[in-house]
Amino acid sequence: MAAILDAQGLHKSFGAVTAASDICASIERDSVVGLIGTNGAGKTTFINMITGYLKPDRGRIRYEERDITALSPRDITRIGICRSFQIPQLYASLTAFENVLVGIGVVQRNAGRGGFFSRGAALVPGYERPAEEVADLLLERFGLAEYRDRNAQVLPGGVRKLLDIALTLVARPKILLLDEPTSGVSADEKFAIMDMIMAAVRAEGITVLFVEHDMEVVSRFAERVLAFYDGRIIADAPPQVALADPEVKRFVVGGELHRMDEQAAGKASGHA
Amino acid sequence: MRPDRARTALVVILAAILVLGPVVPRWTLFLLTVAIAKGFVALGLMLFLRCGLVSFGQALYYCVGAYAAGMLGRLYGVSDVFTLMLAGMAASALLAFVLGFLLARYRGIFFGLLSLAISMILYGLLVKTEALGSTDGFNVLPSTLFGWRPADEWVRYAVLAAATLVAFAAALAVHRFLGTPLGRLAPAIKDNEIRVEYMGASARHAIHVSYVIAGALAGIGGALAATTVGHIDPEMGYWTASGEFIFITILAGTGSVLAPFLGALIFGIIQSVAFDLSPNTWQMTLGAALLVVIVFLPEGLWSLFRRRRAA
Repeated sequence: MAAILDAQGLHKSFGAVTAASDICASIERDSVVGLIGTNGAGKTTFINMITGYLKPDRGRIRYEERDITALSPRDITRIGICRSFQIPQLYASLTAFENVLVGIGVVQRNAGRGGFFSRGAALVPGYERPAEEVADLLLERFGLAEYRDRNAQVLPGGVRKLLDIALTLVARPKILLLDEPTSGVSADEKFAIMDMIMAAVRAEGITVLFVEHDMEVVSRFAERVLAFYDGRIIADAPPQVALADPEVKRFVVGGELHRMDEQAAGKASGHA
Repeated sequence: MRPDRARTALVVILAAILVLGPVVPRWTLFLLTVAIAKGFVALGLMLFLRCGLVSFGQALYYCVGAYAAGMLGRLYGVSDVFTLMLAGMAASALLAFVLGFLLARYRGIFFGLLSLAISMILYGLLVKTEALGSTDGFNVLPSTLFGWRPADEWVRYAVLAAATLVAFAAALAVHRFLGTPLGRLAPAIKDNEIRVEYMGASARHAIHVSYVIAGALAGIGGALAATTVGHIDPEMGYWTASGEFIFITILAGTGSVLAPFLGALIFGIIQSVAFDLSPNTWQMTLGAALLVVIVFLPEGLWSLFRRRRAA
C-alpha cells in the first residue's frame, strides 16, 4: 500500500472542546476520499491540521515519508498539499484571469523564475509556457473562459467556487483538499462542478480529500469515506459500507436518510 | 515585443526635459527638480498603497537620504550629485532593510502609526543633536557633476538633468518590478493575504522587499532635495512632510510609475500658485484641491489618462 499521507494519533482541543481525538488515517496515493460528519465533528480541524493552519496537541502527520506536523501552511503548500475553501478565497478586485496569474506567479517564484533580472518571458514550470497562456489554459479547463475579464467580486457563486479550486490547482498539488466544494452551489450544478474538478484532477494524478455534506455527491465521487463524529473517526470504509453503518446513520447522516428510507418504504407499501 | 506605453512615455518626458530645460524660465527648473525629489518618495508610497498599506512616516527615509548626502559633503567634501543620490539611497535602503523586519509584520493602522513613530524618533534625535545644527540643520555644498562645477546659470539645469536621468532609471526599474510575479503579488496581498499564504507565497517577504525599495527611493529623493535646496534641517523628517508625501500619492493615484512624479509636480504648482495668491491660507487651497480630486477622481489624477484611453 502506497500511503502518500499518514496521520497518527492526532489530538486537538480548544479549551473544553475536543476537536480531534486520536485521529488515525492513512491516505493512499491517487485515491479520492470523502470526509463526512456534522458541523463541529472535526472534519475542518483535520484539514486545518494537515495544511498546518492548526498544530495538533499530540500526534504526527507524515507526507511522502516526511514529518510535516510542524510546517507552516506556506511550506506545506510548497511541497504539494493545497487546499480550497468552503467560502471562496479570491482576490476580489482582480479579474478571474489576474487571479490565476497571481497564483502562477507564485509558482514561478517558488521555482526561482521570473525574477527582476531574468530575461525574456519566464516560463511556468511544469507547463513550459508563458504565464498568460497557462492562465488561459486553466480558465478554459474549468469552463471559466467567458468570465476571464470580470472582477472576482461580481462573479456568480458557482463560478467563484470553481475559480477558487482552479487557484488551488495552479500549483499542481500532489494532494488536493477541498472544503465543501459544492456548498453554496445550486443542486443542478453540483454534479457538473464535481465532474469538472474530477476530470482536472484525474488528468494530473492528484490525491483528493473532500469535505462534503451532500451524501449523493459523496457516494458518487468518493472511493473511500472517513466519517467524523465528536472529534473521532467512526467509520473508514468505501461509501456503500460507510453510509450503511448504523453509527454513521445515527450520528452523521442523521434523520434525513431515515426519513428518506421511510418515505421510500411508505411509497413502496402504498404501491403494494 | 509589444510597445510598452509607460516606457514610451518615460522616454518622451526624459527627452523633453533635457531638450527644453535650457530654454524654459529658470524658476521652473527648481520646481521640477523638487517635484522629482518628492516624486521618488511618492513612487515608494505607491508600492505600499498597492499592498493596501499607508506609511505616515516615509519622510524618515527622505530625511535620512538628505542627511547622508549632507554628511558626505560635510565630512568628505563630496558634492557630486550622482554620488550624493547613491549615498542617500544606500543609507535609506540599509535602514529600511533593518526596520523592515519589524514593519513587514504589521498591517493597516498599525503599520501606519509604527512608521510614524519611528520617523518621529529620528526627528527628535536630529533636533537634539547640536553637532548637526539641531533645528537649524546645516548648509549643503553647492552641487557638482563628476567634479565639474557648472557656471551659476547652469547649475539648476545640470542638477535637473541628473535628477531626470536617475528618475527615469528608477521609474523603469519599478515598472519592471511591478510586472514580475513578486510585484504582481501586491494587489493580491491587499485583497486576501490568507490566500496568498495558502498559495505558497510569503506576504511578509513581499512587503519587506517593497519596503526596502520604497526606502531606497525616498533616500534618493532626500539626497536630491538636499543638493537642490542647498540646506537640510529636521523638518524634512517631520510628520507634516510624511503627510505631504501621502497627499501627493493620493493626488497622483497608483495607475502608473509616472503618476507619482506627475502628482508631485502638480502638488508643487498648486502649492506655488496658492502661496502666491493667499500667503496666509495656502494650505486651505491645497486641501480643497485634494478634496476635489478625492471626490471626483477617487483613483487619482492618473485615472484621467486611463479614462481617455478607454474611451
